[in-house]
Order: sequence, then C-alpha cells, then structure tokens
Amino acid sequence: MKNIMKKITIVMLIGVVFSLTGLAQAAEKIYIPLLTYTTGPYAPGGIPLDQAFRDYFKYVNATGGVNGVELEWETCEYGYNTDRGVECYERIKKSKSGNMGVAVFPLSTGVTYALLPRTQADGMVLHSMGYGRTDASDGRVFSHVFTAPMTYWSQVTAITKYIGEQMGGMNNLKGKKIALVYHNSAYGKEPIKTLEVLAEKYGFKFLKYPVNHPGLEQKSTWLKIGRQTKPDFTIIFGWGVMTQTSIKEAKAIGYPVSKIIGNWWSASENDTRPAGSASVGYKAAGFHTIGKQYPLHAGIVDKVYGAGNGSGEKSVVGEVLYNRALVNGLIFTEAIRAAQKKYGNIAINGKQLAWGYEHVNLTEARLNELGLGGFMKPLKITCANHEGANSLLIHEWDGKNWVNPSKWYSPMYDVTRPMIEASAAAYAKEKGITPRSNCN
Amino acid sequence: MQAFLIDPFVMMYDAPLFFVEVLVSGLMSGVMYALVALGFVLIYKASGVFNFAQGAMVLFAALTFVGLWELGVNPWLSLILSALVMIGVAFSVERVVLRPLVNQDPIIFFMATIGITYFLDGFGQTIWGSEVRPLDIGIPNEPFMDFADWSGLYINKFDVFAAVVCSILVALLAGFFTKTKIGRALRAVADDHQAALSVGIPLKTIWTIVWSVAGIAGLAAGILWGSKLGVQFTLSLIAFKALPVLILGGFTSIPGAIIGGLIIGAGEKIAEVYWGEVMGGAIEDWFAYVVALIFLLFRPQGLFGEKIIERV
Repeated sequence: MKNIMKKITIVMLIGVVFSLTGLAQAAEKIYIPLLTYTTGPYAPGGIPLDQAFRDYFKYVNATGGVNGVELEWETCEYGYNTDRGVECYERIKKSKSGNMGVAVFPLSTGVTYALLPRTQADGMVLHSMGYGRTDASDGRVFSHVFTAPMTYWSQVTAITKYIGEQMGGMNNLKGKKIALVYHNSAYGKEPIKTLEVLAEKYGFKFLKYPVNHPGLEQKSTWLKIGRQTKPDFTIIFGWGVMTQTSIKEAKAIGYPVSKIIGNWWSASENDTRPAGSASVGYKAAGFHTIGKQYPLHAGIVDKVYGAGNGSGEKSVVGEVLYNRALVNGLIFTEAIRAAQKKYGNIAINGKQLAWGYEHVNLTEARLNELGLGGFMKPLKITCANHEGANSLLIHEWDGKNWVNPSKWYSPMYDVTRPMIEASAAAYAKEKGITPRSNCN
Repeated sequence: MQAFLIDPFVMMYDAPLFFVEVLVSGLMSGVMYALVALGFVLIYKASGVFNFAQGAMVLFAALTFVGLWELGVNPWLSLILSALVMIGVAFSVERVVLRPLVNQDPIIFFMATIGITYFLDGFGQTIWGSEVRPLDIGIPNEPFMDFADWSGLYINKFDVFAAVVCSILVALLAGFFTKTKIGRALRAVADDHQAALSVGIPLKTIWTIVWSVAGIAGLAAGILWGSKLGVQFTLSLIAFKALPVLILGGFTSIPGAIIGGLIIGAGEKIAEVYWGEVMGGAIEDWFAYVVALIFLLFRPQGLFGEKIIERV
C-alpha cells in the first residue's frame, strides 16, 4: 500500500511539474487574436492584409521573437461583417492554450466601434491603424485605443494640402470645387466634418456623393460629377469593388482620372488592376511606400518563404495592402519592445502593451535598423496623442505599377487635433469617463 | 418643398441634353439589370421556382470563365467549357436538389436554392480563389467621342455592346419558348408538375434544360458585369439589382424583364440625379424597390406577368 501511495505521489508530482512547465511555455508567448476577412465582398482587400500579418509574425519568430519572446496567434474569419467580427473576437480573445490576447487589429471601422468597450473590459489594446474612430487618438479618454500612424481626418487635410499645391498654392483653393465620393457607412462618413472645416477655412466648395454598399452601380453619381458639377478634384473614400467602379465610371463619362485621389483604402492594386486602362493616371494616398526593395521584405522572403512557410503568394509581398499590414505589425512589435524595457523581456499583457504603445518612438535611425529606412516617416506616440505625428505621400498608377511618389505631406494637426479633443471630450461626457490627467 | 417639387423640373428644363444623358445612361444600366433578371425569369417560368441562387450562378460562371482563360485556355474555348460547366451544375442541381423535392411547396424549392447559393459561393471561391480577377473582353468602357463632339451626348461603347448582347439573348430565348416543342413543355411544367408528368413531359429533362439555359444566361451576365467590375464575390450581389426588375416586369415574362429593367434603370438614375441631393443622396438602390412596390399594389403579377387566378 505504501509503495502504491509512493508511486501515485511520484506520478502526481511529475504531472504537476509537466503542467507547470506547459503553463510556463504557454505564458512565454504573446498572443494575438487575428480577425480576418478572406471571403465575401471585401476579401480582395482582406487577403493581403491577413497574409502580411501572418508573414510578419512568422518572421519575428524566425528571427528570435521579440527579445526572445515568441508571438502566437489564432485567426477567425468574419467576412467584414461587424456582428461576426464581434463574435470572432469573443471566440478567440483567449488562445487555445489559455493566453489572453494583448492586442486586436479589427481592420474595420464598424468592428472597431463595436469592440471599444469589450477590449477596455478585457484589458486589451485596440489598434485601429488608419481607420476609425478618429477621436480615439485622444489617449486621455481612450487609454487603450491607438490610431497610429494616421487618421482619416489627418489624411484629408494632407490630401487637401496636395490639391492646394497642384492648384498653385492653398490660396488658390478659393472658389474651387472638391468632391468626396464615399462609401455610405461609418467609415466613409469619417472625413466629412474635416472637409467641411477645410472648405470654410480655404473657401472651396465641398460636394458630397454617398455610394451605397457595395458600390456596384455609380452611373448617376459620376454623371453628376462629370457632366454637372465638374469638381476640380475628387477624393474617393471607397473599399472593395466601389473604388474600381468609380474609376471606370469616371472614365466612361469623360471625367479626368488624374483629378481623382483615392484615400489609402482606395489605393491598392485591387482597385486599379480590375479597372484596366481606365485607371492609368489615378492617384492615391498612403502613409508608406510601395514595393519590396527593403531589407525587411528580403528577410521575410528569405526566412518565411524560403522555409516554405509563406502565408500566401510570394508575389503579393510588397504590394500596397501587404505593406500596410507590415506597418501595423511593426508598430505593434515596437510597442512590445518599449513595454519590455519597463517590465522586462517577458510575455507582457495588454495593459503593459498599452504603456508600450504610448512610448513608441520610431526614429529614422530605428527604421533603418529594422530594415525599413525611407519606408515611412518617423513616428512618436505619446500618452495624450495615440495617433502620433506622421505624413502621407501620393502615388500614381501607370497601368502596371504605382509610380511617381510625391513628396511627403504632413497633416494640418492644428485643424484636426482640436476637433479630436472636442469629440473625445463629448464621448467622455456621454460615457461618464474621466480623462486621464497625468498625460503629457 | 420647392427643392423637391419644383427645382428638379427646372433643372430638367434648363439642361435638356443632360436629362437625355441621364435617361440614356439609366436605360443602359437597366439593360444590364435585365440580363441578370433573365435567369430568374427562365427558371420561374419553367418550374415555378424562385431561384435565389441566380446571383451565385452568375459569379460561378464568370469565375470559371476567367479562371480557365487565366490558365491559358483560348477565350472562346473557355466560353464553351464554362457553358458546359454550367450544364454540369444544372445536372447536379436537378439530381441532388430538385428531384427529391418533386411536388413539394414552392417555399421548399426556394429554401433549397438558398442552400445552392451558399454552396456555389463557397465552392467557386474555394476552386478559383477570392481575389479580384480583371476581365477585359476588348470592349472599351468609354464614350463615342465623335458622337459626343457632334451631339454633346456621352454614350458609352460598353453599354451599347451590352444592350446588343442582351437583345440577341432575349430574341433567342423568346423564340425558344414560343417556337420550340421544348419551350412549350417548359411552360407546361411551370403550370403543374403532376399534370405535365401525366401527359408524358419528362420533368427531369425539362428541369435540367431550363437550369442549363439559366446558367448560360448567367454566364453572359457574369462576363459583361465581370468586365465592368472585375470578377469577384461582389458579382453575386447583382441579383439584388434584378429583384425590383422582376417585381415590376413580372416573374414569367422575358420581355417583361427587359421593360422592367429599362424602367427601373431610368427611374433610379433620374431619381438619384434630380432628387438625390435633397433626400440625402444614395437613394437609387431603395428607390428601385419603392417603384417596384408601387407596381405591386396595382399589378401584383407585374407589368407582363401572367394574371394569378385561383379557383376556390
């Protein structure tokens, strides 16, 4: 009996040791719940984004993790459907091994709005990179939401600067017409207020043209633009099939495509290739450059695709949306590194990551170290400013490639920041949030 | 009130040429809607089934066509092979879905076609992928510039081509339904499955034929819409543009689909251009349904549909 008890005790001890080791191994990884949409009407946009996230995480792990800590992720397909996005978040916010996610990248303005309170409650960072909601840039109110490196409001101010320069100076905008063709959704409506403020400030006439989801039929919109109002420039806030249809209809009605500027979600090869020759001369914005000429891309091709571990077609590496997701991944891993400086080289949690995000400082030198010198402008995020300060450039489509990158245009933060603070203050009042007072 | 009741008409009077342009563009769009509506009409006319899967069939056919072409198959051969694939789909649908449901209520068939929709959407994307596939059939999407210079009217070359294709299809289908033995048998099946069987009309064959023809009409629609939008998942959503056309034109009339398409196309464009701004913009999608609903109130069978007479 004594022997049996002894054996049972030994077996139990071994079991405990193994479980503890397992837990330790699980806890050593930083877990990311990845929401993806690789099916449905917006799949062409979701596929390269998903591919780049996974490639980048694999690359990070293949090169020793983030200060030795590996990343782990699980994906959930939500078809760019807000309800399913929330369901996906709830389903995979914890990994199968029990790790709580540290950050989520919804890739949708609608899902971002829906996840605001949930991520707050779960202590998880919500990184809404280059989509809504813009006023979440005020870190005093939205402590766990980050909009870096730029927001829609900043984007339209920078695009307006570009248009002003094309007109020969901002003063020449007076009396001109700028139109916005937008996806009739929370996303598409984001820049309207800013453009109204800019129209008032510079004296141009602002024209609005909503397009319903998914944007298959836009003849009447472009008849009004091309034959009736004839704006000097037209900005497109589209997604999916909407953008290419806009380009084709503009061409069909004889409106010069070179006078159209797509926002950064209307700026991918998926928008221009299907429009064929109609899209030659089309211009679009981006907060990063295009192509795979950087050491980071070479590293991904070598370590990930070279090992037969790529997450999709190798030819997609360096395309617009692929590079967009790389920016997201890059800011995320830099935030982990920043947090590890304070908390040690451990698998940090969501709250520690939020602190890290508020101390991201991507200088030109650091971008060079990461193999992305010249890929984007330096970025510094602070406790109060979760957008950071960045710039965009305009590319032109030549029928095969994005060419002729413009100079970098910085946004009019003097216009957007007061709007962000006012909107965030209204949100705080509505939700009973006391803004953090210790933010600089 | 003035912006709603007077200004639009003043605008039409002040710029009559622009009004003609809006009208013509609307009619051309209507032709494209009618092309999709044709597939619905064919199946409803011959089997009394509202085929919810027509949009998915358009997508599947276009994906197959462009996929084969990308694999290096000659475009004309791709067209023939895609048509054969759609005939294969029709065989499978008849064997696996329709045959076991003979004599069931129409709602059961309708639910079955919802299942077919999701299957075809997923299956097509599994085989050919979800990326956008550009499709250039060589018809430029630009106005006839000489005509525009002469008249001031911008008429799009692609729209004219689509109208010609649609007219040819309608003529062929109308001839098929009225002049051929199979066409008459199709109409008999639609009236009553059992009665048709009792006089020796082979129900299975008829269903296979009509689904095949609808698949081939879907292929034509898919190629034309695919050249406009690129071949991608969104193509399956154009079915929603065909619904008001069907309600207006009648579910059983091929000419009705065309006339319905023209009325819906022109109506929604005129509404959007002249009344859109005062109503907040982007009204054309729901406006088409409002027009269809108004028609429903006065002619539930649509403009050209067969009058519903039920003896009690």
